[in-house]
Amino acid sequence: MAVDTRVGQTIKHHDEEYKVIGTRPIRHDGLEKVTGEARYGSDINLPGQLHGKVLRSPHAHARIVSIDTSGAEALDGVRAVITSAAFPDPGDKLTGGGEAPGLPLKFKSANMLARGKVHYHGHAIAAVAAANPHVAAEALKLIDVEYEVLDPVLEVWDAMKPDAPVIIEDLYTAKADGTTAEEASNVAAEMLYEVGDVDAGFAEADLVVDREFTFGVVHQGYIETHNATAHWLKDGHLHVWCSSQGAFTIRQELADLLDHPITKIHVVPMEIGGGFGGKTTAYLEPLAALLSRQTGHPVKMAMDRADVLKATGPTPGGYVRVKLGVTNDGMITAGYANLAFDAGGYPGSVVGAGCRCVFAPYNMPNAKVEGFDVVVNKPKTHAYRAPGATHAEFASETVVDEICRTLDIDPVEFRLKNSAKEGDWQLAMPPYPRIGHIECMEAARDSAQWQTPLETAPGKKRGRGIASGFWFNIGFTSSVTAKLNSDGSVTLLEGSTDIGGTRTSIAMQFAETLGISVEDVDPIVADTDSVGQTDVTGGSRVTFATGLAAHNAANDMKDQIVEGLADLWDVAADSITHADGTFSANGNSATVGEAAGLLEEEGVFPIGKNTVTPTREGGAFAVHIADVEVDDETGKVEVLRYTAVQDAGVAIYPPYVEGQMQGGVVQGVGWALNEEYVYDDDGHLLNASLLDYRMPTALDVPNIETIIVEVPNPGHPYGVRGVGEVPIVPPPAAMANAIHDATGVRMSHLPMSPARVQAALAAEA
Amino acid sequence: MATEIQSGKVHVQTTINGESVDFLAEPRESLLEVLRDNLGLTGAKEGCNNGNCGACNVVMDGVLVNSCCVLSVEAAGASIETIEGVASPEGLHPLQQSFLENAALQCGVCTPGFIVAAKALLEENPNPTEYEVRWWLAGNLCRCTGYDKIVRAVLDAAERMRAEA
Ligand code: FES
Ligand code: FES
Repeated sequence: MAVDTRVGQTIKHHDEEYKVIGTRPIRHDGLEKVTGEARYGSDINLPGQLHGKVLRSPHAHARIVSIDTSGAEALDGVRAVITSAAFPDPGDKLTGGGEAPGLPLKFKSANMLARGKVHYHGHAIAAVAAANPHVAAEALKLIDVEYEVLDPVLEVWDAMKPDAPVIIEDLYTAKADGTTAEEASNVAAEMLYEVGDVDAGFAEADLVVDREFTFGVVHQGYIETHNATAHWLKDGHLHVWCSSQGAFTIRQELADLLDHPITKIHVVPMEIGGGFGGKTTAYLEPLAALLSRQTGHPVKMAMDRADVLKATGPTPGGYVRVKLGVTNDGMITAGYANLAFDAGGYPGSVVGAGCRCVFAPYNMPNAKVEGFDVVVNKPKTHAYRAPGATHAEFASETVVDEICRTLDIDPVEFRLKNSAKEGDWQLAMPPYPRIGHIECMEAARDSAQWQTPLETAPGKKRGRGIASGFWFNIGFTSSVTAKLNSDGSVTLLEGSTDIGGTRTSIAMQFAETLGISVEDVDPIVADTDSVGQTDVTGGSRVTFATGLAAHNAANDMKDQIVEGLADLWDVAADSITHADGTFSANGNSATVGEAAGLLEEEGVFPIGKNTVTPTREGGAFAVHIADVEVDDETGKVEVLRYTAVQDAGVAIYPPYVEGQMQGGVVQGVGWALNEEYVYDDDGHLLNASLLDYRMPTALDVPNIETIIVEVPNPGHPYGVRGVGEVPIVPPPAAMANAIHDATGVRMSHLPMSPARVQAALAAEA
Repeated sequence: MATEIQSGKVHVQTTINGESVDFLAEPRESLLEVLRDNLGLTGAKEGCNNGNCGACNVVMDGVLVNSCCVLSVEAAGASIETIEGVASPEGLHPLQQSFLENAALQCGVCTPGFIVAAKALLEENPNPTEYEVRWWLAGNLCRCTGYDKIVRAVLDAAERMRAEA
């Protein structure tokens, strides 16, 4: 049955009617993006600009004995060469309010340019500024580095062994009970979450399923590579243009790393070509800044794709164990999980987030979750869309499917019976507010795909799988400043870099509140000097938090208009009503546009503003259905049909909610079937190109059918829940469950690449 | 025409979006570098610099190419079409309009490449099937959209262009 997914299905669980919210306007920045005129980070070229390049370690683990830069410095056209000595000594300082506040600054600093030791293949060693990028690249070859090569440790299970080589000699485990280990090891931190009594819970169970899963490292794979241009003026003012998920975060990191006053740092967010969590931290910005200071010229730097794969922050590989106990009638009695994730070369993986999500879709009386953050000789890992949740829920949703098979219970019925709902506990969080897991599961059950029997084909192994996913979403801080122009239009400055239509989803909320059309709002992503504090575009927070700031700013503007009109009309402010964009009192009335004109004559120009740090994000659930065909000769898995259901709270800008769902699914399919860092035993990354790190193409996937479920978030005036991240969570489990349905084989490693599926089939036969 | 001059740079004469253009380039510079850094045509993007992503797509003498894999001196005497030449003074190309209306872009960095590639497809095959669209566009990576809305936008534009033809 053909389903038109261009306008996907929406199922509302509320009665609100809006004028602007829920419509499909053309996005404000669309024109520039279809004509090639939009300016991304590397599209900027300044007069007198030099070009920087970075020398990277050929070894995964080594001591740096010496670095001789004289050959490079002597090359014609080379203007400066820096090593870690160019950075101020971080001492014992902690990182400020950036992406991961409170971590030792020395780790971040050493990740910019290695200090004494390299921790992974591709670790930055030195940077060069030269007249053009080709000369800079030649200069890198003239830098002489002497290494003492050490044994690398690549996997968490090896790094956690008592006799493993210790990568950071003074790293002492921060234990779950608040104490610190006495002996150095590769385990940076341990965490423990407990609810009820798991031993008693497992004792009550009729069936206990206990499984282990492992994961390769995957990259966010944004198409735009990292870039930065910096100009350090002689009076200490530092201007930086970059493609980052957070201009304010980059400003903070520059202040920390360079020990430079924050008031002197000005970061201009350029358009950004994808991030997915991988562009939440600085790599090139501090190097460009130091090279600019040294040369007196603007310095532009851009990574090539190999640099991006080797030396930015992919998301961890690692290990997850999940054990679930159930009664014969399919009620969960207890859950235990153990997660150990790659931090990479320095501490700080996303394992804590994985712990919080592993059992989130279910209300179980007893649960215990342990997490381990483990340093290995791989790049310092970072967030990737619902960071940690995909690993965790791949494991738990596979175990749930196995339980359903064993007890012969319908997987939808099992999930409905055990589903988390309003008032149930969440790990390390207050109890759930109103959430939409049950509504999503019901929508999936009633969907065209679930209701259509899987088409069989002679000689083909086909199967269907279903899986749930949860991501908690994040609030953080956002700011909006909105200026009413004399014609009634509004210029809206906001601080969130726009990676996929959020200028418009923010403007729509402003327009709804003020009662004007979205075309009358001109949203602009402003630089760090022009708008209030705004944290990273991440945690699915922009439409939620920056949208809330826009709503509040519209109310602020409304109050100012009312005050102005009250003077003009000589009425009490509280006698003025506002409905459908018209202010009225005592026989007078004015639209926003008319009011703007009247106030202009009085010299009044309202500016609505707001900075907000909301904490009631609401949490997002998704349920996905995958139909697959497994080629038993090659092990290749093909996706035949796919439906994604998701609770968006209220979908402000539906085409872009659908886009987030579809994009997340396809990233999840890539993770499920193909994507993985391949290392040799010495820790060299072998597939640092987009040919060998193979992401899905248009030919690898079908259309993705979407069903938006609207269960409003009580923590937002328009009911918004973040939508960007949760759609990557269910695909690997849905695919694994479909592969099992097709073949009878359970996969326990991501990716489920052809070779692995083939091997699993052979082992089963 | 390409003439080597003393600095080691080569003087290249070419045609870009119908205008004749001269530039000086080092022989090692790619067409993508020259377009972006010498000529200010930054619509073509670098995603990989080795032919795997299509973000740098341009049309050279009627053939869709990855400009990162073409040396700039090869542009001598050629006729090149870039994303900057796709819209006309009268307005957007139907593909551009269709990408906007179908929400076929998120971050937008892949969009110029997709539009240039899709235009080349529709010039060769005005009535492609969904499979043919997916096959043709398999040389262009998009990490944001999952391709669904891009494929619909191309099919939609093809239909409009056939109706107008
Ligand atoms: S940059 Fe040319 S194909 Fe990727
Ligand atoms: S829209 Fe971001 S890569 Fe395609």
